[in-house]
Amino acid sequence: MSTTTQSTLADVTASDATLRRFLHGLPGVDQVGADQRAAGLGSRSIKTSSKKWALDLAISMVDLTTLEGMDTPGKVRALCSKAMRPDPADPSCPHTAAVCVYGDMVGIAKSAVQGSPVHVAAVATAFPSGRASRTVRLEDTREASAAGADEIDMVIDRGAFLAGRYLEVFDDIVAVREACGDAHLKVIFETGELQTYDNVRRASWLAMLAGAHFIKTSTGKIQPAATLPVTYLMVQAVRDFREATGQMVGVKPAGGIRSAKDAIKYLVMVNEVAGPDWLNPDWFRFGASTLLNDLLMQRTKMATGRYSGPDYFTLD
Amino acid sequence: MSRTDVRKTYKLYIGGAFPRSESGRTYLVNDASGRLLANAAKASRKDARDAVVAARKAFGGWSGRTAYNRGQVVYRVAEVLESRRAQFEAELAAGGSSGAEARAEVDAAIDRLVWYAGWSDKIAQVDGSANPVAGPYFNLSSPEPAGVVAVIAPASALLGLVSVVAPLIAAGNTCVVIASEVVPLVAITFAEVLATSDVPGGVVNILTGEVAEIAPWLASHMDVNGLDLTGVTDADLARDLEVAAADNLKLVRRAGVENLDDSPALDRMTRFMEIKTVWHPMGR
Repeated sequence: MSTTTQSTLADVTASDATLRRFLHGLPGVDQVGADQRAAGLGSRSIKTSSKKWALDLAISMVDLTTLEGMDTPGKVRALCSKAMRPDPADPSCPHTAAVCVYGDMVGIAKSAVQGSPVHVAAVATAFPSGRASRTVRLEDTREASAAGADEIDMVIDRGAFLAGRYLEVFDDIVAVREACGDAHLKVIFETGELQTYDNVRRASWLAMLAGAHFIKTSTGKIQPAATLPVTYLMVQAVRDFREATGQMVGVKPAGGIRSAKDAIKYLVMVNEVAGPDWLNPDWFRFGASTLLNDLLMQRTKMATGRYSGPDYFTLD
Repeated sequence: MSRTDVRKTYKLYIGGAFPRSESGRTYLVNDASGRLLANAAKASRKDARDAVVAARKAFGGWSGRTAYNRGQVVYRVAEVLESRRAQFEAELAAGGSSGAEARAEVDAAIDRLVWYAGWSDKIAQVDGSANPVAGPYFNLSSPEPAGVVAVIAPASALLGLVSVVAPLIAAGNTCVVIASEVVPLVAITFAEVLATSDVPGGVVNILTGEVAEIAPWLASHMDVNGLDLTGVTDADLARDLEVAAADNLKLVRRAGVENLDDSPALDRMTRFMEIKTVWHPMGR
């Protein structure tokens, strides 16, 4: 892929046919090889000072998420205070990157995190299914953006993607990015519904060509959500995309990452596959809710030398 | 044709499974006369950590069962132990007990399980109370299980283990037990009995290894609610463990010489139960 030049990339989105030719021309994924490589990267041992550093980095990369029908303003405010000071007992603990809420909660979250560096991310475009007309999805995005969201998490139309209508998905992403205004755009693929690793690679390139700032694995509503091999393919894609175009795109695995140990596996993989440039909350995020507590527990264990328990941390 | 014996690998018992130690270590276990019996797994602090996680996970379900049902399960442990008594007598004899001693120990262990099984749904009546108060309220106190209890089992292969574990699980606690360092093998065989008698995985977790290495991690663990030091013989270690346990106000049963042949007592249950008192408005 390093042979792909910028000029050829500009042409591939000219028509449905050229886009399909380009996406289907991407090298196929060796599924067994990808699984094995991801598992191998997950077996590294990260200890002592490296572990401390990794835990703090992982905390600063968390998009603390609540996406439930039962979300209340009170719960969103509580989540925001946790995002700003994850461990109230320890001022040296970093804040999380963002809170991630539904569009109608953006105003509440925005006022709760005011004055802090924590961003507010909103899911939009008829999340999580994306099954609504383009007008409705764009209006959803504009509302969230107008309410002050710093980041918009959109879902792609998996139906159109799987049916092979790639240009339609491309145009969707372009239109949503326009509707975002200044907000950063994260594009959710819902990899659990994409069926094959080849599709994950195609979706990654499609979204990056359409101008996504971040590519994100899942909504968290479908199993399997983020997995190591799928994220591995996406990290490979952003690396290759930078090689081809010079533009950097971020990656956000979301859903199913619950333990500090898992989070560190992802960090090792990002470092090995894409490089240390991506080891930064601007370029790599975790979409999670329970993960933060385990990171805090491990951090406390490192600091105090004794095992901590879930009783000592708030349930988001 | 000659045949190679298929010997059992003695492993740990964590969360209803029999894993090897995470560290891969083992140690030699000898009988009373110094003859090698087998290798036992030598648990590390990470095994202890995993065991606490398993015990915590099992606590909600186990403590939420009716006391009657817990009693039935403990009784079932006695039944299964009875049906496998020949195996236990043989293992105890291999460890150096005489045939009569081994039989007596298995008898006592089974009887003790039955005794605590019976108390499971009666302890609330004996230890709880209806308190008269000066107001229009019912005021009721009842004992509730404390949570996850770490136990250092005494140096008695079967009876010692049963004497500390049965009261804890009958009361609704879940536990992480460090089996006796010198006679750990029968404890793992007893784990096979637990695993096949309706005791949910994680309710009892059994570690074998060096007490001085593992016990401090359990004593300082913030997610452990009780610490039973019955099997600690080293006074300095016992003191250190009590100090570590004070950090999150664990309930502690202190180390002390006790004769396991004595009749069982209820204080082993009540020590790891906390009294909950509720006020309820009285209707007309």
